Amino acid sequence: MKGFGYVRPTGVQEAVEAYAAHPGARYLAGGTNLVDLMKLGVETPGVLIDVGRLPLDAVEELPDGALRVGATVRNSDLAAHPLVRDRYPVLSQALLAGASGQLRNAATTGGNLLQRTRCPYFQDLDKPCNKREPGSGCGARDGVHRDHAVLGHSPHCIATHPSDMAVALAALDARVELYGAEGGRSIPVADFHRLPGMRPERDTEIRPGELITGVLLPAVRAGVPSAYRKARDRASYAFALASVAVVLRVADGIVDQVGLAFGGLAHRPWRAHHAESALLGAAATPEAFEGAVALELERAEPLRDNAYKVPLARNLALDVLNRLAPAPATA
Amino acid sequence: MTSENRLDPHSEITLRVNGKPQTLLVDHRRVLLDLLREDLGLTGSKKGCDHGQCGACTVLVDGRRVNGCLLLAVTLDGSEVTTIEGLGGDGEEPHPLQRAFLERDAFQCGYCTPGQICSAVGMIAEAAAGHPSHVTDPAEPSGRPVPLDRTEIRERLSGNLCRCGAYPRIVEAVEDVIG
Repeated sequence: MKGFGYVRPTGVQEAVEAYAAHPGARYLAGGTNLVDLMKLGVETPGVLIDVGRLPLDAVEELPDGALRVGATVRNSDLAAHPLVRDRYPVLSQALLAGASGQLRNAATTGGNLLQRTRCPYFQDLDKPCNKREPGSGCGARDGVHRDHAVLGHSPHCIATHPSDMAVALAALDARVELYGAEGGRSIPVADFHRLPGMRPERDTEIRPGELITGVLLPAVRAGVPSAYRKARDRASYAFALASVAVVLRVADGIVDQVGLAFGGLAHRPWRAHHAESALLGAAATPEAFEGAVALELERAEPLRDNAYKVPLARNLALDVLNRLAPAPATA
Repeated sequence: MTSENRLDPHSEITLRVNGKPQTLLVDHRRVLLDLLREDLGLTGSKKGCDHGQCGACTVLVDGRRVNGCLLLAVTLDGSEVTTIEGLGGDGEEPHPLQRAFLERDAFQCGYCTPGQICSAVGMIAEAAAGHPSHVTDPAEPSGRPVPLDRTEIRERLSGNLCRCGAYPRIVEAVEDVIG
């Protein structure tokens, strides 16, 4: 690992100023991905700005019922928070489906969103990778790509985003709060991560030096059912082959709120807008769910060895939708 | 010229390790695991994968279990670190989990054992504090201690690999301690 300077600001403004003083520095929080990438030589920052102890570790309810999650709230604490478990079960379940107890104790909300793909070509300096080294090519496209994307990929990159948490946040209409030299802004989590296109080196819409300060979860009406389901190669502690986050409210047999997002299928959490449009206002029946999910997944472009992901994602989504939908009233 | 070249690649930090204050000048690249093993001679914590995938390096920082291989020591200034060497406290008596691992023969080569035990200490505290796991029924009320059956123990210790496959006895040893 290359040597580096280290600064530990005490506030958000000071952190952003530290970046201005050290362009190209990296913000460090839990370090569970960044330190690993530094060991691998994929990341070689000259300076680390430690934001892990910034006073952004609160989960607070706002007057309008929204929930603000600070950027340094640890994944384990967020998953266990009573308001998250009671109102946003999909978020708690997604967090608990990811990583290990040790990693969740260190990993933060902001860092989880900014983690990099686990594509083995990205992590291996001896392999071509347009994300790590633009223009070097994509080794995965004709290589080992069983775990890679089936939706929204490009000739330049077929990597998937590894987060479970972000998939739940996308389905929940959460927003990422950012602060930079030009002040604060927020954008929907579903728009925060990018598709690779011609610029796979850019994972997200974050600007250089911008810092994630928190995530805003919109107020939920009482008892909106939601759930997360993930398929992986072993029963625990593995990244998703495919996963699904569903928020579903049905009133009088009609879908009146739906959020549906897939993980493990694309370069970003895949918000299923087509399926959602088909379902909103429709009767909440197994046939309607099947049609809506098919409408979304017909856009899939599987690679040589990952076509299995399409029926897998379909089955996961149908299972969760049918489970969350109330049983039809008997006549 | 960039200003970052002027930043010192070392910092002085103070940790309490197994109850003893330790002040060290650390290279910023030093991870906690290497500091414990190389600088303090505490070789109980083991280096398995060095990438946060095996859990052999698990220690407790401020009472929470973490992977020592992924934590830069410089970020831990002021923290309390407990390793396998410190679990028993000042006395000669081993920690109840250490005793249970011996009684159950919950290892073969023993390389993963310190990490398994530190991880189990942390996870028992997490369950007692009401932290759910992937296998906890989402309908369970939040904020109450989570009972640890075998499924819970296995899930919660999934961050600790045992290549000898001593898992059944590891689970039994943990069960002995939680009663």
